[in-house]
Amino acid sequence: MHLYLYGLALILAGALAGTLLPARSRVSGAALLGSIGCAMTLIAATRTLLDGQTSVYQTSTVLPFTGVHLLLDPFGALFIVVTAVLGIATSLYGVGYARKIQKSRIETGMFPLFLACLVLVPVAASVVTFMVAWELMAATSFLLLLAEHRSRPEARDAAQWYAAMTQFGAAAILIGLVVLAAHAGSQSFAVIRLHAPGLSLGVRSTVFLLVLIGFASKAGAVPLHVWLPRAHAEAASPVSALMSGAMVNLGIYGIIRVGNGLLGGGVLWWWLVVLAIGVASALYGAVQAVASSDLKRLLAFSTIDNIGLVLIGVGAAGALADTGHRLLAALAMLAALFHLTNHAAFKGCLFLAAGSVQHATGTRDLDHLGGLVRRMPATAFLFGIASLSISALPPFNGFASEWLLFQGLLHGFATKNSITAVALLAGVGALALTGGLTAAAFVKALGIGFLGQPRTPEASTAHEVAPSMISGMVLLAIPCVVLGIIPGVVLPVISRATDVGLGGTFPRSVQSGLGLRLSGLSGMIEPVLLLLALLSALILAWGVLQLVARHSARGQARSVEAWGSGRALLTPKMEYTATSFAEPLQRVFVDVLRPSHDAEVTHVAESRYFEHEINYRLQIDDAIERSWYRPLIRYVMAWGNIARRVQNGSTHRYLAFGFIALVVILVVLA
Amino acid sequence: MIASASTSGLGAAIGASLLQLVVVVLGGPLLMGLMVKIRARAEGRKGPPIRQPLLDLRKLAGKERIHSEHTSVVFVITPLLLVASIAVAIAITPLVTTSPVLGRSADLFVIVFLILTGSVSLALAGLDSGTAFGGMGSSRAMAIGALAEPALLVAMLALSIQVRSSNLPEIVSATLAHPDWIANPERLLAFVALLIVVIAETGRIPVDNPSTHLELTMVHEAMILEYSGPELGLVMLGQAMRLGFLFALVADLFFPWGIASNSNPARLLLGIVLLGTKTTIIATGVTLIEISTAKLRLFRVPELLTGGFVLAVLAVVTGLVAR
Repeated sequence: MHLYLYGLALILAGALAGTLLPARSRVSGAALLGSIGCAMTLIAATRTLLDGQTSVYQTSTVLPFTGVHLLLDPFGALFIVVTAVLGIATSLYGVGYARKIQKSRIETGMFPLFLACLVLVPVAASVVTFMVAWELMAATSFLLLLAEHRSRPEARDAAQWYAAMTQFGAAAILIGLVVLAAHAGSQSFAVIRLHAPGLSLGVRSTVFLLVLIGFASKAGAVPLHVWLPRAHAEAASPVSALMSGAMVNLGIYGIIRVGNGLLGGGVLWWWLVVLAIGVASALYGAVQAVASSDLKRLLAFSTIDNIGLVLIGVGAAGALADTGHRLLAALAMLAALFHLTNHAAFKGCLFLAAGSVQHATGTRDLDHLGGLVRRMPATAFLFGIASLSISALPPFNGFASEWLLFQGLLHGFATKNSITAVALLAGVGALALTGGLTAAAFVKALGIGFLGQPRTPEASTAHEVAPSMISGMVLLAIPCVVLGIIPGVVLPVISRATDVGLGGTFPRSVQSGLGLRLSGLSGMIEPVLLLLALLSALILAWGVLQLVARHSARGQARSVEAWGSGRALLTPKMEYTATSFAEPLQRVFVDVLRPSHDAEVTHVAESRYFEHEINYRLQIDDAIERSWYRPLIRYVMAWGNIARRVQNGSTHRYLAFGFIALVVILVVLA
Repeated sequence: MIASASTSGLGAAIGASLLQLVVVVLGGPLLMGLMVKIRARAEGRKGPPIRQPLLDLRKLAGKERIHSEHTSVVFVITPLLLVASIAVAIAITPLVTTSPVLGRSADLFVIVFLILTGSVSLALAGLDSGTAFGGMGSSRAMAIGALAEPALLVAMLALSIQVRSSNLPEIVSATLAHPDWIANPERLLAFVALLIVVIAETGRIPVDNPSTHLELTMVHEAMILEYSGPELGLVMLGQAMRLGFLFALVADLFFPWGIASNSNPARLLLGIVLLGTKTTIIATGVTLIEISTAKLRLFRVPELLTGGFVLAVLAVVTGLVAR
């Protein structure tokens, strides 16, 4: 615990350094202190995960609701490990990233503060500590999001959405936790946990739904996701990586901590609701990701998709635990937490790589990129690794966790409860469809963005980014490969977190070893051996090709101009764009995406039979936002206008209001 | 039943896997030739000999390697990865023997994603050349692949729930032990769903036409348009292996009779002969479907695949109700 606290203090010192140091050393000073602090929290959390011990830190409470109450247990430690690794990678990356853009004091100071909040939330063990850390996390990320608002007005819009959604969510969480604290007579999580089973089911269900709304909005689950594609796309890339890789995780953390921990698991329908939200998020996120041609928006929607998969696992675990299948519950929860860990690695890497692309070309619109593999080979390679991981191709980490999730759902069919079985079937369907759609989305991102010919001068003159930025990405690409090849090494460790998360001792769902092997159930894969087989097959195929080529006219491959269908040259204009690539799927999912088309034709002045120019615009915005949120906003605005009539700025009127209110209160009390 | 740890067992398993690989590498192109032949005969033509795909491969092997100047390393690796990924799938699946090497890892989920690996790398290679046709093929192939995925995985789920495992050797052994399962309604439904997926994944009519080069309709051919010489040969071999493997997989899952449960040469030979017979029957059936239907418009294909998905879901539900 002490190591953790020192680490936290160092991160906070980084925040001070970022604010107070002179402009030249500000960025590197904050990054250095921040990453050392993260490394210390990482060690402390890893130790907790390994030995399974819980440690407590508590300041004396003189007044009610004061005092800090921290508790480091294996469940929270898993989230700290994930955040700390991301923190080190993004801090490293940030050094090179800030070289070109002059960062303000607020921005460099706020980044470590945000990091500190991210590692503080999972150890907060009382309502006040938790809510302060939670709100500080929201405030710092809000300010970071606003940092570039002068150069990019869209950031303002994104920040507004984010602030509204996150405050709405925090209010819901606060009400839920306060109800629990009031009943328990203490704000400490440990006491709440003892008293919560005494509450009536109606109250518990209301509390669960309230915190679910709050945490799901932070996790970006449909339909509370509207802020996420904006915020994650508009924030600076290191911040996007932290938001997508670490902050959304805390939404999942909250659902498990309160639902399974404080409320003790509850009833079946709670978890079926969670599973349904997961299915909706996975499908909606995947479909939107396929259709979007803005690289960071695509990544943001894919975050919604992956969070959906995690929620499917969490929901299945809760439902199976409530129907008495403890082993299966542990398996599903393990799959969910493993996928969450993997998602942090590949999505962090992808966001950082997207930031590098934006840094080098000034755009993140895939339709304006192309051919970057020649100009930025390292970034392209790392983006490629992370893309293959997120597409769940063997032997990368996304494959391992999706396999585990599939096993969790498959074995879950042992349940006799038919509604649960139907929900699990929906989960498998969502897993399968998102698997295919994610592959399509990332073939698009990688193929259109990095392969082919450059589509704009900016793309053709791009340059590779600074070594510190590359090393930040490498740090996140390593787990993508390692966790994919030897998942069996980390899973027993993660399963400690699973037990604490589910609240109790659960049977081991996986055996230790290099590969993945379920215990008590049939199912195993050995990614190391599969990789070896794949490599030897590759070498064999390569050998055959070399042998064959040696006998042919010339051994070496000759590079020639591509056949341009008889035309002399092949211009980038003839290439497929991201929009055209997504067109078939966009047509299939037209009811979900509801794109708006607009064609503007201007004719030549002399004759209407000849077109001078055709302008075609295709816009795909968030259909849920348009049909659910826009009417709500209009409604709120209408009420706001009515309320404005009462507020005319006259002090006399306000005094009169005060007097009337007092009289009404007295009358009511009398 | 599952590969034993002893060295001799491992050697036998590797031998059996290599045998499977050789059978499919030779058998896949022959199946393709057979399908062309059947079609030609049905249309009253004589048609090329059945071994024509193998002759094509030999012809391509003798040609010069030419790459477009816009291509990157992806273009070079793709043919190799396509062949390698499908080769691993063939080696670990119990096609001729019930105990191939790595049989413990021969999970249906692994097989699906090994196939997806080949598809993804082909789609990337299509985009890598920077031509209009390549992008068009990639876009269509990924769209069809993404929609075939749910039907494929849910159909496999239907088969796995029954055995409580998605491990292929276990499914095959269980099916061998219960000959009456063949008439199970959920298996019949899953069979039809899987057949639709196989037609989509191998690019046959009504989803894609392997013999067309018309830009309005081509999918797979557009994607590989920039390949030539030995590398085109590898891509074609990969495609033939995928076709042979998927037909063999369908035979495996639904009619596994005759798969050798030990490494007795006579049993293995019987396994090969029966595998050949079963895949020939499936190939004939698919060709008959091809002859009797017109190619669907590209934007009608999702309806077919959704139909496959619905059948797969029905298969799971039927299985759960019957339990």
